[in-house]
Amino acid sequence: MARARSFDVTTLPGFAITAILAFVLLYAPIITLVFYSFNGGNSVNQWGGLSLKWYAIAAQNEAVQQAALRSLIIALWAAVIATAVATMAALGTTRRGKFKGQTFIYIVINQPLMVPEIVTAVALLIFFSSVKIATGYSGLGYLILAHSAFCVPFAYLPIKARVEGMDTSMETAAADLYATSWNTFRFITLPLLLPGIIAGAMLAFITSLDNVIITEFVKSAGQDTLPTYMLGQLRRAMTPEVNAISTALLALTVLILIIFYFVTKKRD
Amino acid sequence: MSGTGKTRSKGANGWLLSAPALILLLLAASGPLVIVVIYSVLAKGDYSGVRWILSGDAWFRVLFEKDIFDGTVSLADANLSIFWRSVKLSLATTLITFVLGLPTAWFIGTRPKTTRALWLFLITIPFWTNLLIRTFAIMEVIRNQGLLNTLLIKIGLISAPIQILYTDTAVLIGMTYVYLPLMVLPLFAAIDRFDFKLIEAGYDLYASRWQILRGVILPIIKPGIVAGCILVFIPSLGAYVTPRVLGGGKNMMIGNFIELQFGQGQNWPLGAALSTMLLLIVLVSLVVYTRASTRGGPHG
Repeated sequence: MARARSFDVTTLPGFAITAILAFVLLYAPIITLVFYSFNGGNSVNQWGGLSLKWYAIAAQNEAVQQAALRSLIIALWAAVIATAVATMAALGTTRRGKFKGQTFIYIVINQPLMVPEIVTAVALLIFFSSVKIATGYSGLGYLILAHSAFCVPFAYLPIKARVEGMDTSMETAAADLYATSWNTFRFITLPLLLPGIIAGAMLAFITSLDNVIITEFVKSAGQDTLPTYMLGQLRRAMTPEVNAISTALLALTVLILIIFYFVTKKRD
Repeated sequence: MSGTGKTRSKGANGWLLSAPALILLLLAASGPLVIVVIYSVLAKGDYSGVRWILSGDAWFRVLFEKDIFDGTVSLADANLSIFWRSVKLSLATTLITFVLGLPTAWFIGTRPKTTRALWLFLITIPFWTNLLIRTFAIMEVIRNQGLLNTLLIKIGLISAPIQILYTDTAVLIGMTYVYLPLMVLPLFAAIDRFDFKLIEAGYDLYASRWQILRGVILPIIKPGIVAGCILVFIPSLGAYVTPRVLGGGKNMMIGNFIELQFGQGQNWPLGAALSTMLLLIVLVSLVVYTRASTRGGPHG
């Protein structure tokens, strides 16, 4: 078997072509969706020239405005709460060696990643509907609580990775210099953890912003978020307005991911 | 300082710091799952909800139905066809995403270090993009007046649009599209740790490319394969948005069937039993995964 010098052991037949095909398949629909959001025509079926018409229509639509505002409020609260509790849990479960019940803590924290969303949605529907009757409160609190909970693992994982990779010598030095444990945390641990915390908060924010199923089941009447509003629109005649909202959400997601990419990259 | 005292304080600190996260999750994620399991063995309420009477009726109704007139028991064909469709579509989705995902993960894993992160980033964008937006994007492609049909007509392959939307095929295409990144990411993680010298060794021993793939690569990246398959299979089985949007109501999957019980169906115990069934399947899959990944590792 004579082999050329350039023989590349990592090449497998058809793999590169299939990979390129997969990338095209992943992006073609998204690009089509974005492209049609700039459609000046009156329906998704006819192209009416480049225009920002549907962005203007979406921006002036009061239902969209309220849904967008609600989505942002919920996502901000969820990101703050999830990140706060996840940071504490990451500090509690790493660097201390193994302790009894650690596996239980891992399972509970990562549970939202494993259980199908529809099951959690149904469970929350049952639970919150009786709480709603008992307390009479039917505000955004339920959505914020539910979102905070399923965002925890998304915040926890990057923070935990950061804690694991952290050098403890600075904290030891601070303690040697008689810093209180709060001051050590405030001035040493927290700043060192910050990239992980920012990354975790951003993933939690996106996860909350994108949620459809749990929101659909937990929300009370008139509490649509952008995704549930869009799901409702799909049942009616479709207009490029949905494309415009989707593109705006997509742009926000990509922006957050780019920031995430640089925040996590810097540590190396 | 006694060793046990130190361990206890470490553990106490660990629990204390984890407590807020645990309380939040037990309150608004894990805890309510227990209610679902309990509801599955209660009797159906008159309108909706439940009556607090122990009853196996819901579990019975998962698989069987009783004739209202003569009381004969038969298999619930409608339910079975929904389960069968869910399992069939989920397995097909897992298989197709694997066939597409393995080459993609391999391609990313074998890029030079400088561009690898960029290719990986191109997979993470669809991964983090709203599921609904992606489902909606694929819908625009397979609609009768969509990109695919328009293209096929232009080339002259077909003369009239093929009806794909609102069929099982549409759901399959949609789930494959939506869950492909979930397959690629764990496969990439496994390939990224792969020692390519092993392939060289294989070639030196005159193995063919096919033998290398089957005998060297696949056994070593097996934990990644199992992880990818489970990460695709579980959400496919519990899929709700994709079949609702692309299947158009008629082509229900378990997820939509569960929702129906809490909506028009007004049979909360049955919905709870179906949810518990999904939970059990997840549990079994995770046990399989843990076994496979602990027994895995370098071959031989």
